[in-house]
Amino acid sequence: MEITIRSLLTLVHGMGFGALYLLACSGAIVELYRRYSPAAALPITARDEAFLRVYLVAMAALAWLTVLTGAYIIYPWYRAAAPPGTANLAAFPQRLLMSSPTTIAWHSIGMEWKEHVAWLAPISITMAAAVFVKYGRNLRRHRQLRSAVLCFVVISFLAAGIAGFFGAMLDKYAPVQGGQTIQLIHGE
Amino acid sequence: MNGKPAPTSTTSPDLPNGSGAAAILAAGIGSMMVAIFAIAADKSAAIKSMMIFYKPTGPLSGVTTSAILVWLISWAILDLLWRKRSVSLGRISTAALVLLVLSLLLTFPPIADLL
Repeated sequence: MEITIRSLLTLVHGMGFGALYLLACSGAIVELYRRYSPAAALPITARDEAFLRVYLVAMAALAWLTVLTGAYIIYPWYRAAAPPGTANLAAFPQRLLMSSPTTIAWHSIGMEWKEHVAWLAPISITMAAAVFVKYGRNLRRHRQLRSAVLCFVVISFLAAGIAGFFGAMLDKYAPVQGGQTIQLIHGE
Repeated sequence: MNGKPAPTSTTSPDLPNGSGAAAILAAGIGSMMVAIFAIAADKSAAIKSMMIFYKPTGPLSGVTTSAILVWLISWAILDLLWRKRSVSLGRISTAALVLLVLSLLLTFPPIADLL
């Protein structure tokens, strides 16, 4: 069982940072919706407040790690130009997708949307984290502020979901591969 | 396990909403700038070329870096203006959400291609 360094880093980007961000979104949405609602009965403890503060800051870090590794490590491998006359396009995912009418839309719609929409997630969640760091439990009193933050977190979840979906599909049709091979387990 | 309840810290009833409003509107502006710069780079070869800040990543590097700079600068300016006062958050958050939803739609290539 082996994996190339490019495949491994693509996994770290998508399954490590990206999928973890998507999972974390659900927790943040539930917490902001239930615990910080003006109608919520239970008091918010200092520990609850500190937990969500750290949670949102960690989510912001995850979102930035996802887009930065995607744009500056994975994407250059994806969009690498094939030398003229290259017959096997396996090492050039974008060119491979564009070489067939049945797969070209995965690039022209999928990647073109993914590469831009993904950036809405770190912008939105950084804002949410900053607002929470500033206001904390006071968000219960600032009803409109809480609603706006919640909407931004929901849309960041949607944006990350779109990017994640197309990332998975692109990797299915034209995986980013190459580089040094890492032997994980030797077969019998 | 001493049975004591967890401490609850005090809230600050007079904390103005200006800083929060500044962060929200700036996030809307920053998101919209991602879409605007992406469309501009797609429509104009000159802008596309200008947006190549890092060659292996291509114009995406300039589109996103420029949008982030506009976001952070607008956030700093709005925060400076609003941090000590309460503002009409309803209108501001509506505007920010409209910008965010528009940016989500305008980054979708079939919609961007209509422009």
